[in-house]
Amino acid sequence: MIVSARGSVTYVVTLLFLAAAMAPVGAAQDEEPKPDPVKEFFDKLDTEYHGFYEARAGYRLQNDRHEKDMSIMEARYQFDLFSMRDWGDVKIKGDVYGDGVEEKGVFDLREANLFMRPADSMDVKLGRQVLTWGTGDLIFINDLFPKDWQSFFIGRDTEYLKAPSDAVKVSFFMDWANLDVAYTPESDSDRFISGERLSYWNPALGDRAGEDNTLSVERRREFLEEDELALRLYRNIRNYELALYGYWGYWKSPGGFNDAMTAAVFPELYVYGASVRGAVGKGIGNAEIGYYDSVDDRSGDDFLINNSELRYLVGYTQEIGRDFTAGVQYYIEQILDYGDYEDNQPSGMPKRDEFRHLTTLRLTKLLMNQNLSLSLFTYYSPSDEDVYLRPIANYKASDHLTVEVGSNIFFGDEAHTFFGQFEDNTNAYLAVRYSF
Amino acid sequence: MLRKRSFVVLSAFAVFSLFAAAGVRAADGDVPDVQTIVNKANVVAYYQGDDGKATVKMTITNKAGQTREREFIILRKDIADGGDQNYFVYFQRPSDVRRMVYLVQKHTGEGKDDDRWLYLPALDLVKRIAASDKRTSFVGSDFVYEDVSGRNLDLDTHELIETTDTLFVVKNVPKKPEEVEFSHYTVAIDRKTYVPTKMEFYDKQGQLYRVIESKDVKMIQEFPTVTKSVVKDLKTGGQTEMVFTDVHYNIGVGDVFEERYLRRPPREAMR
Repeated sequence: MIVSARGSVTYVVTLLFLAAAMAPVGAAQDEEPKPDPVKEFFDKLDTEYHGFYEARAGYRLQNDRHEKDMSIMEARYQFDLFSMRDWGDVKIKGDVYGDGVEEKGVFDLREANLFMRPADSMDVKLGRQVLTWGTGDLIFINDLFPKDWQSFFIGRDTEYLKAPSDAVKVSFFMDWANLDVAYTPESDSDRFISGERLSYWNPALGDRAGEDNTLSVERRREFLEEDELALRLYRNIRNYELALYGYWGYWKSPGGFNDAMTAAVFPELYVYGASVRGAVGKGIGNAEIGYYDSVDDRSGDDFLINNSELRYLVGYTQEIGRDFTAGVQYYIEQILDYGDYEDNQPSGMPKRDEFRHLTTLRLTKLLMNQNLSLSLFTYYSPSDEDVYLRPIANYKASDHLTVEVGSNIFFGDEAHTFFGQFEDNTNAYLAVRYSF
Repeated sequence: MLRKRSFVVLSAFAVFSLFAAAGVRAADGDVPDVQTIVNKANVVAYYQGDDGKATVKMTITNKAGQTREREFIILRKDIADGGDQNYFVYFQRPSDVRRMVYLVQKHTGEGKDDDRWLYLPALDLVKRIAASDKRTSFVGSDFVYEDVSGRNLDLDTHELIETTDTLFVVKNVPKKPEEVEFSHYTVAIDRKTYVPTKMEFYDKQGQLYRVIESKDVKMIQEFPTVTKSVVKDLKTGGQTEMVFTDVHYNIGVGDVFEERYLRRPPREAMR
């Protein structure tokens, strides 16, 4: 164990040196960087080249019998290429990182897309892209684009919560409303918690598990067959943003098990919803609702497949002092046909409540000419009796250099609730990033 | 003899007086009332043309001499002179905020807050900003939000306290002093162009603590334009210089102040 940990540290340190060697010479002094040959190369191609180097290290604050002590240990380089052409824009953004926990090198292509404005009333974005809509703050009802919960919980930058989609998004702009159509030919699931990096509640085992017992899944991989379609119809009425949503695809994180209970599956899911956001008093209010139609278990009596659900959210954000903002949200997940769910749940298997109540509180304070940001995001579920806290302090030491410390703190009364299951993953991390 | 001289002196005095009086009247005629002065200065400072575009470079220097830079392209479109207007701000530097977009629909109606949005490209997230305090620093600089988009004239009472050959000096006292950090501020306004050349802010104790100066004014198209201004915070020792380049008026900015262009800015905002 110690040897392996040391091995990983050496690995990351080596990568960091490599990264430093690749960084522009002027970087260390943080002066106007000397001409960077890579940048010059892309300048000639009329392409903007930016990105960052980052080192991030974190540990669990308690022992986890299923996972390593090290929660994150990586050296990362992100490049971001952007070029405007007469006919459209090209964007390519990718991450290369050495992962000291899994002891491997990873290339993660975050974006590779073409953007065009073929008509005054139409935009098209084709390729790998990050997609977001909806009104929730770190709560998603009608945003059914893939999330990376693992990155979120182990302390990567919030940017990584959104996983990319391989999709085409076509937007139509009309006088009476605008319409977004996002089509994903091969279903992109969440980068869900599978035990690789975070210990979790494994319903098949009826216990917490980790890298020793990762969740096996049956993925949806039929190109054009197992696809996803998401629509948003929206308009502003006196700056109240109204939207209707539709989604035809699959549960984004496993929403059931196969008959033998040997693997988690992604059952079909349709979602219909609506949202509104606008000024309320001195702040901004939002409300959103979604009906989750779990197509494979419409009657609710198949204990292997998630029931249909209704999800509700209301939120309010207001500035409560100088550079000090507070936001609160109240969110409910309601299991439909709960009687059938209850009747068919095998004995001994923990039952979910009919209503899961979740509240969030976000506090953000900016200090030192807005160079220091202190933020706390709290999820608290009174029905699950579990809590997830995300305190983050981020300091911009210069225009290029950022230092961040943060923590992901979980606790709960029971081992199977949404946040409670992650209790042993409570971690703290430190990151240094050089942006160029 | 004596009488005659007296008469001449008296006459001369009378004539002089007459001229003097006429002179005073002429000068009075040149001085508009204070409301006209502040209205004109407001339009010159924030509403030139029907729309405009500029590249803005800010250099923020703290007491220790450390500097930070911000660079953004700003598009503006007026709905009414002295009234509502829209701003589109596309950030280019520093690199961690590159391609972020800040959208403001400024409302001058009584009790109406501005509508503000922020687009975060890495998350493809359109955020609505709840900030209502307009005395907050703009992007970490020594300028506050109100310096950049203009302070609503109706929030202060205005008094012309000095008229020189070249300047009007107007004293502004907030109607709701509890909402701001100053007790009053003075604005020196160029008599010819109505460009505000210097603003001085006094704290609640009456101490001068903040000075904004127009360091460079150019005629662009037919509009006098401040191309360089510097704010000094005498309390913190910090200062911020703001330089405007590539300034153009009446370029025909379209209806870009909406979500579509937050997610992908119009070309004219990107270069």
